[in-house]
Amino acid sequence: MTAVILGVVVGAFAPVITWIERKQSAVMQDRIGANRADIGGITILGLLHPLADVIKLLSKEDVVPTGANRVLHLIAPVIAAVPAIIAYGVIPFGSTYVFGGETISLVVANPDWGFLYIFVIGSIATYGTVIAGWASNNNWSLLGSLRASAQMISYEVTMGLSVVGCFLVYETLKLTDMAMAQDTTFRVFGFVEVLFGGELPWWVSQFAVLPQWGIFLQPLGFLMFLTCIMAENKRPPFDLPESESELVAGYFTEYSGMRFGLFFMSEFIEVVVIAGLITTVFLGGWAVPFLSQEWIVDRVGNGFGAFAGFGDGFANGFCMLVHFATFLVKVVAVIWLQMALRWTLPRFRYDQVMDLCWKVMLPLSLVNIFVTAALVLLLGE
Amino acid sequence: MEISAVLFYVFAGLAVISALAMVLNVRNTVAAAMSLVVTMVSIGGIFVLLDAYLVAALQIMVYGGAIVVLFLFVVMLLNLRTDDFPPVGLRLAKLGGGLLVVVVVSAIPRLLGGVFPEIPAAPTGYGGYRALGIALYTDYVLLVEMVSLLLLAAIVGALILAKRKID
Repeated sequence: MTAVILGVVVGAFAPVITWIERKQSAVMQDRIGANRADIGGITILGLLHPLADVIKLLSKEDVVPTGANRVLHLIAPVIAAVPAIIAYGVIPFGSTYVFGGETISLVVANPDWGFLYIFVIGSIATYGTVIAGWASNNNWSLLGSLRASAQMISYEVTMGLSVVGCFLVYETLKLTDMAMAQDTTFRVFGFVEVLFGGELPWWVSQFAVLPQWGIFLQPLGFLMFLTCIMAENKRPPFDLPESESELVAGYFTEYSGMRFGLFFMSEFIEVVVIAGLITTVFLGGWAVPFLSQEWIVDRVGNGFGAFAGFGDGFANGFCMLVHFATFLVKVVAVIWLQMALRWTLPRFRYDQVMDLCWKVMLPLSLVNIFVTAALVLLLGE
Repeated sequence: MEISAVLFYVFAGLAVISALAMVLNVRNTVAAAMSLVVTMVSIGGIFVLLDAYLVAALQIMVYGGAIVVLFLFVVMLLNLRTDDFPPVGLRLAKLGGGLLVVVVVSAIPRLLGGVFPEIPAAPTGYGGYRALGIALYTDYVLLVEMVSLLLLAAIVGALILAKRKID
C-alpha cells in the first residue's frame, strides 16, 4: 500500500516541479512566466504547460545519430532515470502507527543499511550520464560526460563523509530510526552541565530548547551535504556537464523526444529525492517540532482538560495525517530552497568545482567527523 | 523453489553472462566496462542473498560504481578505436584460461551429484556494518592502520609521478 501512495506522490511531483521551476524563475526575473498553454482559454496559472510538454516530447522523432553506439545510446536515459525513481524506496514519509492489532509503517523498504542504499543508487546513477555522452558520437557530449563522471565521483566521496557525523549522532544508518530520533527536543546548553558540572538556571533549561534535528546538531554537515548532493544532481550552479554556453547541452545534446525527456525528468525526480533525504536526515523527517508522536496520540486519543478524547484509532489516523502533511511541507520547503539557489547562483568554473570539493569540503568534512566523534564520546549522548 | 533460490540463479546467470560479454567485447572498451558493471551488481545481489549487506553495498559502490567509472574515464580520454588494438598473441594466458575452464567444468558433475552440508544459522547482526566495524576497529586495528598507510603512500606516489610530467 505504501508503494501505491509513494507512486502517486512521485507521479504528481515531477510534472508539477517543472511548473514550479518555470514560475519561480519568472518571479525571480520579474516576468509573468509560463501562462500560454491553454485549453479553450483556461490556463490555470500555467499548470497546463507540463501536459503540453509531455505531448510535445512523445510526438517528437526519436533520433539516433550516425556513428553512435545504438544500444548504449538507447538505454542510457533509462539508466539515468531508474536509480532516481527507486531511491525513494527507503525514505520514510511517516512514522509507525498501530491500528488495533495492525501496524502500518509509512516506508516502502526499510533495510538496516538504509543510507548505504542511497549511496549505492547514487553510484549507479553516474552511468546514465557517462554512457549517454560517449554513445552519442559527439565531442560536446563526450566532454560533458567526462566532466560529469569526474564531478560525480568527487562529490560522492565528500557526500559520504559529510553525513558520517549524522550517523555518529543518531547511531544508526536506518532512515526510519534517524527520523524517529529527531522526534524529540534537546536543551541547547545542556552540554555545559556535562562538561563543567553544576546546574543551569531553570529558565535556560526550560526555554533554550530546540527540536533534536540534524540541522541543529550538525549544521556544518547540513551545509556540506546540501552542496554535495546538489552537485551530484548536476543542476546549476553545478551544471558543468551540460553548460549550454560551452557544450551546447552537454551529454544529452544528441537526444530528442521522450529520451531527452527522461534525462530532464530524472533531474527533477532527483530534486524531490534530495528534498526527502535532507528532510529525513536534517529536518526531522515527519516529526512535528516540539510535539512528539506519543504526545499527539495521547492528547487526541485521551483528551485533555475539558475536551473528551476521540479514541486510539482516530488518534493514530490523525497523527498519521499530521505527520504526512508535515513531511510534505518540509519537502516542498527544501524543493523551494533548491529552486531559489538554482536561479540565484551563477555557474562555477570547472576548476572551482573541483577545488571546492577536494580542497574545501573534504578537509572540512574530516574535521566535522573528528569533532562530532569527540563530542559524542564526551557527552555520552 | 524458494524465491531466494530463484534470485540466486538469476544473479548467478547474469554474472556469468555479463562476464562473458565483457571478455567477448574486449575491443569495444565501453561496452566491456558496462558488462563489468552488470557483473559487479549481480555479485552484489548474491551478497545480499547471503545476508552480507555491507559487503553487497561496498561491492556495488566501490567496484560497480567508482572503479568502473574511473575505467570509463580513462577509456574516454584515450578515445580508443577498435583498430587501435594489436592482434592478441597471449598464448600463455590462453593456456591458463583453458586449464581453468577444464578444472571448473570437471567440478560440475561432482557438485550436481553431491550432498551439501547443512548450513548453521548466522549469528545476529552478521554481515551488518556494526559487527564489521567493531571487528575492524578493535581486533584488526593494526592491520587497518597498516593498509591506510600503504594507501597514503600510493596516493603520494601517484601525485609525484603526475607532477613530474606537468613540471
